[in-house]
Amino acid sequence: MNIWLNFLIDSMAFGATFIYGSTGEILTEKAGHLNLGIPGIMCMGGAGGCLVLNAIGRSSLPPFLIVILGILGSLALAMLCGMIYSFLTVTLRANQNVTGLALTTFGVGLMKVIMSKLDATVYLVGPKQMYRWPFANRQDSLQAMGILFFAAVIIAVLAGWILFRTKTGLHLRAVGENPATADAVGINVTKYKYAATCIGSGIAGLGGFYYIIDYMASQEAYLSLEAFGWLSIALVIFALWRPPLTIIGSVVFGFLFSVSSFITNVPWINVTMAMKPILKMLPYVVTILVLIVSSIRNKRENQPPASLGLSYFREER
Amino acid sequence: MASVKRHAEAREPLMHLSKRASISPVRSWIIRICAVLLGFLLCGLIAFLLIEKLQQNPGRIGDFYYAFIKGAFGTSRKFWKFLRSTAVLLCIALALTPAFRMRFWNTGGEGQTLVGVLGAIAVDFYLGGKIPEGLLLVLMLLAALCCGAVWGVIPALFKAKWNTNETLFTLMMNYVATYLVAYFLVVWVPSGSSSLSKLQHGKLPTLGNDYLLIILIVLALTIGLHIYLNYTKHGYEISVVGESIRTAQYVGIKVGKVVIRTMILSGMLCGLAGYLIAAGMDQTITTESAGGQGFTAIMVSWLGKFNPLAMILTSALIQVLNQGAAQISQDFDVSGAMPSVIVGIILFFIIGSEFFINYQIHFRGHSAKAGKGALK
Amino acid sequence: MEKKLALQMRGITKRFGSVLANNHVDLDVYEGEILAILGENGCGKTTLMNMIAGIYFPDEGHILIDGQEVVIRSPKDAFDHGIGMIHQHFKLVDLFTAAENVVLGVEEEKRYNLKEVCGEVSRIAERYGFHIDPAKKVYDMSVSEKQTVEIIKVLYRGADILILDEPTAVLTPQEISRLFDVLRRMKADGKSIIIITHKLNEVMEVSDRVAILRRGEHIATVNTAETNEAQLTEMMVGKKIDLDIHRSKPVNARPRLEIRNLNLKNEEGVQVLKNVSFTANGGEILGIAGIAGSGQRELLESIVGLQPLESGDIIFTNPKKDKPVTFFHKSLKRVKELAAQDAFHDVNMNAVSFRGMRNSAIRKWVDNGGVLFREDEIINLRHKTPLEIRELGVRLSFVPEDRLGMGLVGSMGITDNMMLRSYRKGKAGFLDRKKPRALAEEIIEELEVSTPGTSTPVRRLSGGNVQKVLVGREIAFTPKVLMAAYPVRGLDINSSYTIYNLLNRQKENGVAVIFVGEDLDVLLALCDRIIVMNGGAITGTVDARTATKEEVGLLMTKTVESGREEQ
Repeated sequence: MNIWLNFLIDSMAFGATFIYGSTGEILTEKAGHLNLGIPGIMCMGGAGGCLVLNAIGRSSLPPFLIVILGILGSLALAMLCGMIYSFLTVTLRANQNVTGLALTTFGVGLMKVIMSKLDATVYLVGPKQMYRWPFANRQDSLQAMGILFFAAVIIAVLAGWILFRTKTGLHLRAVGENPATADAVGINVTKYKYAATCIGSGIAGLGGFYYIIDYMASQEAYLSLEAFGWLSIALVIFALWRPPLTIIGSVVFGFLFSVSSFITNVPWINVTMAMKPILKMLPYVVTILVLIVSSIRNKRENQPPASLGLSYFREER
Repeated sequence: MASVKRHAEAREPLMHLSKRASISPVRSWIIRICAVLLGFLLCGLIAFLLIEKLQQNPGRIGDFYYAFIKGAFGTSRKFWKFLRSTAVLLCIALALTPAFRMRFWNTGGEGQTLVGVLGAIAVDFYLGGKIPEGLLLVLMLLAALCCGAVWGVIPALFKAKWNTNETLFTLMMNYVATYLVAYFLVVWVPSGSSSLSKLQHGKLPTLGNDYLLIILIVLALTIGLHIYLNYTKHGYEISVVGESIRTAQYVGIKVGKVVIRTMILSGMLCGLAGYLIAAGMDQTITTESAGGQGFTAIMVSWLGKFNPLAMILTSALIQVLNQGAAQISQDFDVSGAMPSVIVGIILFFIIGSEFFINYQIHFRGHSAKAGKGALK
Repeated sequence: MEKKLALQMRGITKRFGSVLANNHVDLDVYEGEILAILGENGCGKTTLMNMIAGIYFPDEGHILIDGQEVVIRSPKDAFDHGIGMIHQHFKLVDLFTAAENVVLGVEEEKRYNLKEVCGEVSRIAERYGFHIDPAKKVYDMSVSEKQTVEIIKVLYRGADILILDEPTAVLTPQEISRLFDVLRRMKADGKSIIIITHKLNEVMEVSDRVAILRRGEHIATVNTAETNEAQLTEMMVGKKIDLDIHRSKPVNARPRLEIRNLNLKNEEGVQVLKNVSFTANGGEILGIAGIAGSGQRELLESIVGLQPLESGDIIFTNPKKDKPVTFFHKSLKRVKELAAQDAFHDVNMNAVSFRGMRNSAIRKWVDNGGVLFREDEIINLRHKTPLEIRELGVRLSFVPEDRLGMGLVGSMGITDNMMLRSYRKGKAGFLDRKKPRALAEEIIEELEVSTPGTSTPVRRLSGGNVQKVLVGREIAFTPKVLMAAYPVRGLDINSSYTIYNLLNRQKENGVAVIFVGEDLDVLLALCDRIIVMNGGAITGTVDARTATKEEVGLLMTKTVESGREEQ
């Protein structure tokens, strides 16, 4: 197979991490909450999964059950973080930026503490065959993909469908755009904000789980997870707050981020080492350009949700 | 009449919130201190879950709490280190404060500081040893200030012209800065290890010890910024713009100009922090030179209510936690990431406590009197 | 009456703090009728309707629907009882289409299908004669289209009782007549429609019955066919109340501010000022009367340079400034003649006489600029920013309607608020707080502002004290023109009188005072002349000493376009 195609497939598999992270963040942002805690939440998702897998150990449970338990562990810790964030920002109306940053500090730290106690030879031994189904036995690059990759794509498409094609999504977007109006027509603003944040956190947490257990499957994987959390937030802007677009965006980001290590392997391209950081910088530069262009064009559909970052207090008119 | 009463009861929810008109400083500090204490309590509980040595010997919980004091004040070297790290964190927090007062959410302190370090180190790298040390230090300072200012003003220009979302813009600029540093490290270090060894030149003179000069500089900056924000025309304009754009227009303040000017200042002070890190401490650069302090500084500034003098306390609190927790990971043999966990938990409690300072909760029954007053 | 009662209100009372917004109001609404609720601003019309719509909950009284007593706790409860209210400020999500806004918050059994909703919206629109594109985004809509969406939103939820709060305030005459057609069709369909208004011609045109509210009380309900505009006006404004405000005769009133053909469009492209022309004289209080939202705010903001004008001039006459005499236009002979009439003075303000001087000496003195005369300076303020206006030496003071959102900074103390206009005066880059503090103390003392201190945030002061601070600052600026928008709104009697006295004192000092008010009694007792605005245009000017309330009231509701036929 063409090495470029191989590389593209690898980028896609890598990018699934961002699909999870950004889809989760989009749900939260659509409810009007800029969650800068996503890197921490992704880390906690990864840690939760590893914790469970480590506890199960080399048990004789059926493989699919192990996978499901791992995912549940990941969801549990990530959603717990989501609860902390929503309690502080929705109920206690705390500053979203500060809360998010504190959550990232906490989440990343706790993950590192937890991971340092786990045994990679135990939690990584899990049923790799399950994750990479149906490509597990292939010798080419397709073996990098598996159910968790497809789950990411399905979740992104599903989230897009719910946001833009269902009544629930309509209500959620109304909450993020104009909570006072949503409140006036009888939508439970608090309920929607909690639900969107917690479900979004759960999805983002799966991203952490996917990256550590499935895509990288290595002991050091967790150390680079925080950076990908921030990249996921960038991807939200790049995807203009549309979950299905994160799929395309994730490939672009994945490509740009790993092309630097790949490109040195291509004999007929002469790259210097100095190119690497510049290429890695590109996702952020492109995101900034998207942000600028969309603010200049000022097309309403491509703007951040109108009440993003603001707390809603009904009695404040 | 009976039915009317029934209406009233049906209407009244169990709990009712209202914004407080005012709260005495004493009460608000009692609330904050209670929050911190509760936070410490929870830290203890979490420590039991995470620290094996504590599980084996629960009696050492006293040591656990004592470590916070020991970490920051245990030896004179620790104490000086604590003061200096507080100063650097405070410096970045001070830099962000003018922007925050203007309600410009500058989340780019990390990047602005990092390019400040980069500017200083670049000058040091290329000119170190070729020009007199004093001139070198001045040039390093200028480079750091310029780099920080440029990094800060770019998002401001777009904010002023097209109202581009500054939170996301400045956030992204952090990572551009990180990889810019990575780029220069590749260029500067031919071996490919990307770690620049300590430069021989461009070191700030010592004042008694390695720490005092930085501390004094930041102390002067704190007072200077306090004066700037409260006693100068610029500071006044910042407050008016932050409070209400319409009022600013009414009195003829050019809002765009103030935004740009203030972000130049904010970026420049971040650059200064970068200079202190470069010339005062590291004499080298890594992508982690700012070490996440740009983010922590946001919390420091917010917790200090954007008041430079109060921020001395909040930055000190964060550094006590950091050094204390580092002590804990040493004493109890746990991961070096422990400080983040403890800082995170305490921050959650302080953030949450602000709610009880800003809002009043009325419970059904005795809300009638309080509720009426709050309606206005 | 063969008609069925749809809604009854019995003894409805609502208080806000010490203010009684509604006092034991009884009201009946029948099926298939249009009931107009008429009253001046602040008479409690909207508050009353908000209690039916679930925004407020009455302190006392009952609401009955179809004879059954109901409890309405939230807008949702109101919907469940078939009541829908179209507020003055639309509650729509800009980013959504008409159909999405209509279906927002509706709980239905059936699956969400936007196509079906669009169909339903079109069906409702067709039935009542609306024109609406269900797929159009709200941010692309005109005000009238937004209103249509609000009405369809209510109808979609199956409302039988529709309340419209000032529905015509923002519409053009053509849109108004279209709206009325729709309302008549809904009436024919058996719906009850309540429209809140203060426009008499509309009441006469569309309603079946009129309920008149005044100062929170229900005055009467009459059949529209059996009444006329004069009678309604009398009931609406009540008997003239003698307020005993001291009013001096204008002394030496000379034109100070001349407004010529001002035209202004707001951000939505609606014409908010239409050919406004008037003159404000120094030493006089000029009142501006009109229903709130008739363009008063925009007019004042255009004068101070906060609104980009479409066309028109704002001519400010700065009285008597010293200017050097030149020979540019005048001959030496003429200069000598004028000097003989004591027209000139020197730099020390001594009269200049050329007697016994040689022509060359006179010429030299004049050329050196030592001979001065006084002349009014005429400045056009059009297209000037507030700062430019100030730098031109034009002393224009403005007490805006939005005290804490525009005139003052809520989180700052009185001292810092005193500096808002003058902070640029300090030495170098620093603020000079000495003078502002002295001024703050003076204002606190003179105007009896009750505050814990000069640094207490003004947000914590009561409304009256906030206003004293604002007016005090604007007066301390020794203005030539003082404009005040609703300066006594929300103030108690004593504070109100303090403000009246302050304005009067300014008038006596020769300042041109422009007073935008809503209480006709106050306007008639305080002002010298009153111009009346409606729909962005001036509908008339009256002498405040001789005019009656009815006269002003009629001008307030007169529309310029159709004015001729009506009168």
